[in-house]
Amino acid sequence: MITILLGILEEGLVYAIMALGVYITYKILDFPDLSVDSTFPMGAAITAVAITAGMPPALTLPLAFFAGALAGCVTGFIHVKLRVRDLLSGIIVMTALYSINLRIAGKANLHIFNQETIFDNGFLTRIMPDALKSCQVFLVLAVIILVCKILLDLYLKTRSGFLLRAVGDNETLVTSLAKDKGMVKILGLAIANGFAALAGCVYCQQKGFFEISMGTGTIVIGLANVIIGTQLFKRFSMVKATSAVIFGSILYKACVSIALSLDQIRIGSIIITFPVIASDLKLITSILFLAILIAGNHQGRRGNGFA
Amino acid sequence: MVLLELRQIEKYYNSGTVNEMCLFENFNLTIQNHQFVSVIGSNGSGKTSMLNLICGSIPVDKGRILMNGRDITHLPEFKRQRLIGRVYQNPAMGTCPNMTILENMSLADHKGKAFNLLPGINRQRKEYYQEQLKTLGLGLEDKLDVKAGVLSGGQRQAMALLMASMTPIEFLILDEHTAALDPKTAETIMCLTNQIVKEKNVTTIMVTHNLRYAVEYGDRILMMHQGNAVIDMEGEEKKNILIDDILKKFNEISIECGN
Repeated sequence: MITILLGILEEGLVYAIMALGVYITYKILDFPDLSVDSTFPMGAAITAVAITAGMPPALTLPLAFFAGALAGCVTGFIHVKLRVRDLLSGIIVMTALYSINLRIAGKANLHIFNQETIFDNGFLTRIMPDALKSCQVFLVLAVIILVCKILLDLYLKTRSGFLLRAVGDNETLVTSLAKDKGMVKILGLAIANGFAALAGCVYCQQKGFFEISMGTGTIVIGLANVIIGTQLFKRFSMVKATSAVIFGSILYKACVSIALSLDQIRIGSIIITFPVIASDLKLITSILFLAILIAGNHQGRRGNGFA
Repeated sequence: MVLLELRQIEKYYNSGTVNEMCLFENFNLTIQNHQFVSVIGSNGSGKTSMLNLICGSIPVDKGRILMNGRDITHLPEFKRQRLIGRVYQNPAMGTCPNMTILENMSLADHKGKAFNLLPGINRQRKEYYQEQLKTLGLGLEDKLDVKAGVLSGGQRQAMALLMASMTPIEFLILDEHTAALDPKTAETIMCLTNQIVKEKNVTTIMVTHNLRYAVEYGDRILMMHQGNAVIDMEGEEKKNILIDDILKKFNEISIECGN
């Protein structure tokens, strides 16, 4: 039981890093950014290659973040400077990155088993007390997500962060403040995709591999996490949106796990039996996401999002 | 001294199509420093388009725009805004609805400065913001942590006016800024506008459909029609103009147009 819970927490936290990015694009910028579907595996590809080449695992984190940020800049550039619609800009970058990810990794699968990672290295083995060994992965993840959350919270309180929030809220005002709203959007997309790639980096080190299709549906998970979190906690003003997104991520992962473990549904006296197999994951992901959207709509007023 | 000069402006809408419409043809306008210009005119006469051309929201097809003698014809909109404060007809345009009053004031306060990683809110300025909000007389100074989105249209417009004129600007542009408000609130906002313009001695263009405001306020009046200024009076001449004179002109134009 504890193992299952720990598994949910771990995977939830990995996706929470990416969800912080989706929170920026979806909730703050009101920009449906599909490029995260490819920046997530890009972070993983870069990490797998870097670790295989002997790079210290901790350094892969900033490396992945910056690579993701660069990809986010490209999406932003296509949207802002080349005036391509938001959804299409994301799709273009997402598709292009598929090939680039293959080039980075050299092949569709890359394993880093038996290599040192941020979850399993000499340093951790030395400092971690034996009693905590079983939740070592969780502890490392908790530290990473906390650092990400605190940094993002702090950033959103800076002048630059204010401008980012303003551009999603009222573009005209940003122009009135003599600032280029396009540049602010590019910056927001860069940070968001940085988080997505960082999540890919952490995911790769946790699972021990990069796989080209691992990013499919990232945006759906991200949106689900953000919407669950912000909907559930919108009445609690003391819960910061970033915390809500993290809780939402864990909760969503729990829902998916429960759905995956079902083998029968009882409706009254009728019992429908269906063996759920692992490859049903994306189907369940989508159905759950749809359910969340419908539930959100029934709660009345939506946020400044569009779903 | 001349602040703004529009030289031989040409502007067409839908150019190159059968629906081509000429809005401005050889339009010229000069505005002196510290002038308060009221602009009136029927719908489609080019009032708002003129403001958009000045601010760079839409490009000119031909002609030049000079500000303080500097050619700003091809300067992007956001760069021009450095010295311009603009208040829109829609009160929602001037504030960020999901940010608090304090955050909105801080944003406006940092206009023209770098939006870097320094704290977004300067606690030492809080009292100054409260002082400024107090001049509005709406009690907003006690609601610093309230989101701007929950304020009424009048309150938001008052804030927009304050935010637009908070930093040193050379030019205040008011685009029918009382049109969406109820008569009493409109009156309040108009008084406030006059107070700010007088206090800061800032050059102002005010587009309005309210003839009384146009006659009462400002020291120059322009009436636009088909991309031309059919009335342009200042000084003593402007002081003596009556609403009836303007209405008469409006009617003349309507008859000309066959209405």
